[in-house]
Amino acid sequence: MERPTWAPGEVDLSRPSIARVYDYFLGGAHNFAVDRDAAERVVAVMPQLPDVLRRNRAFLGRAVRYLVDQGVRQFLDLGSGIPTAGNVHEIAHRAAARSRVVYVDSDPVAVAHGRSILAGDDRVAVLRADAADPASVLDSAEVTTLLDLEQPVAVLLIAVLHFVPDTDDPVGIVAGYRDRLPSGSFLVITHAGFEAGEEQPEWARARDIYDSAVTPMTYRDRARFARLFTGFDLVEPGAVRIPLWRPDSPDDVDDIARHYPGYAAVGRKP
Amino acid sequence: MTEQVGQRVPTARAGSEPMVRANVAAFARVWASTVMGSSYVPMTRAEVRQHLEALTEVLVDTLRATPFRTEPGYEIGTRLVEAHFTGTDTLGRTVQLLGDDLLSILGLPEDEVTRSRLAALQGAVSAGYARALRERTLAEQEAIRAAVLDARDGAEARLRASEARFRAMFTEAAIGIGMADLGGRILDVNQAFQEILGFTAEEMKSRNVRELMHPEDAASVWRLYEQLVRGECDHYRSEKRFYTRSGEQVWTNLTLSLVRDEHGEPQYQVAMVEDVTDRHLLQNRLRYQALHDPLTELPNRALFLERLNRAFSSKEKHTRLGLCYLDLDGFKMINDSLGHETGDLLLVEVGRRLKESVDGNGRMVARMGGDEFVILVEDTTGTEDVITVADRVLAEFRQPVRIGGHELSVSASIGIVERAVVGTTAADLMRDADITLYWAKADGKSRWALYDPERNAREVARFTLSATMPAALERDEFYVDYQPLVGLHDGTVLGVEALVRWQHPEFGRLAPDRFIELAEETGLIVALGRWVLRTACQQARRWLDEFGKHAPFVSVNLAVRQSRDPDLVSDVRRILDEVGLSPHHLQLELTESAIMGTADEPLEALRALSDMGVRIAIDDFGTGYSNLAYLRHLPVHELKVAGSFMEGLRAEEGADPVDEQIVSTLVSLAHALGLTVTAEGVETPAQAERLRTIGCDAGQGWFFARPGPPDAVERLLRDQL
Repeated sequence: MERPTWAPGEVDLSRPSIARVYDYFLGGAHNFAVDRDAAERVVAVMPQLPDVLRRNRAFLGRAVRYLVDQGVRQFLDLGSGIPTAGNVHEIAHRAAARSRVVYVDSDPVAVAHGRSILAGDDRVAVLRADAADPASVLDSAEVTTLLDLEQPVAVLLIAVLHFVPDTDDPVGIVAGYRDRLPSGSFLVITHAGFEAGEEQPEWARARDIYDSAVTPMTYRDRARFARLFTGFDLVEPGAVRIPLWRPDSPDDVDDIARHYPGYAAVGRKP
Repeated sequence: MTEQVGQRVPTARAGSEPMVRANVAAFARVWASTVMGSSYVPMTRAEVRQHLEALTEVLVDTLRATPFRTEPGYEIGTRLVEAHFTGTDTLGRTVQLLGDDLLSILGLPEDEVTRSRLAALQGAVSAGYARALRERTLAEQEAIRAAVLDARDGAEARLRASEARFRAMFTEAAIGIGMADLGGRILDVNQAFQEILGFTAEEMKSRNVRELMHPEDAASVWRLYEQLVRGECDHYRSEKRFYTRSGEQVWTNLTLSLVRDEHGEPQYQVAMVEDVTDRHLLQNRLRYQALHDPLTELPNRALFLERLNRAFSSKEKHTRLGLCYLDLDGFKMINDSLGHETGDLLLVEVGRRLKESVDGNGRMVARMGGDEFVILVEDTTGTEDVITVADRVLAEFRQPVRIGGHELSVSASIGIVERAVVGTTAADLMRDADITLYWAKADGKSRWALYDPERNAREVARFTLSATMPAALERDEFYVDYQPLVGLHDGTVLGVEALVRWQHPEFGRLAPDRFIELAEETGLIVALGRWVLRTACQQARRWLDEFGKHAPFVSVNLAVRQSRDPDLVSDVRRILDEVGLSPHHLQLELTESAIMGTADEPLEALRALSDMGVRIAIDDFGTGYSNLAYLRHLPVHELKVAGSFMEGLRAEEGADPVDEQIVSTLVSLAHALGLTVTAEGVETPAQAERLRTIGCDAGQGWFFARPGPPDAVERLLRDQL
């Protein structure tokens, strides 16, 4: 049964949460047995997953630093999860102390945690909303208070859209943000996926566990990934495997990076 | 973690020796590549190296320091965790690397003292790391649990607020709301519901929904209820009555909804009830007013038609019913002479008598408007049932009505229709009753008439004819036959009578008696007569061209209405001019009544025509009441003696002397007045012979020739040339 949007949200600790499972993979302890159990089940079939996720997280750091270099001072991190190590605001503030960041997540626990550790920092806000509903995000008090939508904004969708099935129109969701943002804004996406024929059996098994235990997942290939950037110009090097996007060091470009099961790109709204 | 800040060891000394510094950097590089990938750290590879280089310096300084202390080892373990080297492999790899490579890469003496110091340091790093990681883990667990509580508090606060809002809505709603389980047990009702029914919430809760059934509930209400509690429908609306605690009735609009659980299973039913009793009573009153005649309080036309249509909708095969359509005779006169108030009082009395004498028992009296009433008789077995009702009504009216000192005689005419409902409609029935009422009036009033389908068919045909006649005239459906008028002394054709016919597409060839009267009623006779006149004159003109002085005149009938048409003279003159016929080739036949019983104008017209040279004949002479004395002053040239007088002249022997005497006298009279005489309806040689003997000038009839087309006349004319 559909829950009306004004009904109070439930805190259900009997099911794993994407945010807490992710935190566990990054070495955090913001998680419960049910989350760790789910994480371990995935790791059992896909041992390289923690490394995959670490590299995804490392990309976030590179992307935010790049955006600050481009002069962006406003960040909207959709599906931000548990604020664990290497958060957007930490990276951004290290480079530009006056950057403003709004974190958005639908997980009430993640949001409560974010609010508690970020209390007192008026450059950062945490919004509980469904990122798939651009209007509910962009018209929220958190966004309208902290961000100036007349100025460029970087919208981050890090490891989020592979949890949005085609039936929920991910391209349309992205467009909903794009159409409200001014020229010079950026879109950053990372997304699980691979080219036809590359799929490893363990990736499929990992997805199956996510599908049944956490939340359904959709792998997309590079072309479908690139379509999410409709209306944006991709910055160099375009849509590439996540570790290959502007690596910090040649040492980071290894064999795993070249066959990494996920894509990253940064686009600029012309 | 603040306690550890104080334990930090200055790191400047190791960096002061270039040689050692290079080695420190080399070790840090190895260390970085060893632990890289074992944990997620939010640093670039270069930053990791930098971080580990600082820690390596601490290591070196600690190993070489005097006295030797292990606290910096704890510090290093702590700083690894702080940098988020929280992966479980990181520590193991680090400790192993320290043991295997630290001394050699840094070029430190691998003596026993140093080795034992290193071992102690490895232990301290491990202990510091473990303690910091434990602290961090506990802190994060604490944080996430706090976040859960926060989130739950928020959710619960919202839930409580939401519940309070709903509670207030439930309690304060102006509409009655009640909840029951699927078995119908009432769980809760709000204040408004209690007020509507007059029961307290406690009293209501001891009852079952089914006990709220009302005998007048539509069957659909409870059928929908059963469907709803079975989960087959999710909500419905209906009008429903309830009994209140005091036994009164309340009318409500009821909406019943099914509440399902998250798996879609039916859980509760929720009723919303709005008291619409006042509205309902008002509607009833308005409906009564809309369906009753305010004067007589009888049902009005709308209600009557509703009832009639209902009777038709119950189409049992053998259902019959009857109507008496009733209209007071001379009501308008009463209204006009005694005033509307008296008229209204009379209508009230009539309504009362009708109601008393016939209403009820499957009979309904309604006022249709004005002085028209109708009685519906349901479930009749035959016409007799309705005639009985009509007789009772007529008898009821024999008693005069006394109103304000006037004693009024009242009578009514009644049209009766009675038949089976199958094969007819309410509209047919009403129309036929109305027609029949008209017949009762036409037949002399104060009586009933029974619907007669044949009479109706005739009237319909008449109506059809009169309605189609104008178009028929335009479409040339009329034509003219001619019947010779033959001189009795020499047998020559003197003239011909033009007789109009109608070749009707549906009814075939029609003689004038079928339509002339209709044409007179509708006024079309003027146009039709003009057409006949023109056609006959054109024919006469053609004969004139062909037969010269032997050509016959044409005798054209003139209807009463034509004779009074002010344009008659000019029409005749124009036609004669256009056709080019001299007036003495035209004779106009009028009936006695058309000539005699009229005012002056027609006579003026006849004189004008006569002066013009047109012959005027009196048709059917002897059948009317001709003023013989007046005859001599009329512009008449000929008498046409009616065929009825010829009966007595028919037989070869022993003719009726009276008929013969009459004809003889008429001929003498006509001759005395200078008029010629034509006998009509001559059918036998004996008749012709007697007429010739009497001195009658001309004859017309089957004996000479039947009416026929122009060429039949022409054959006769040629024969006599």
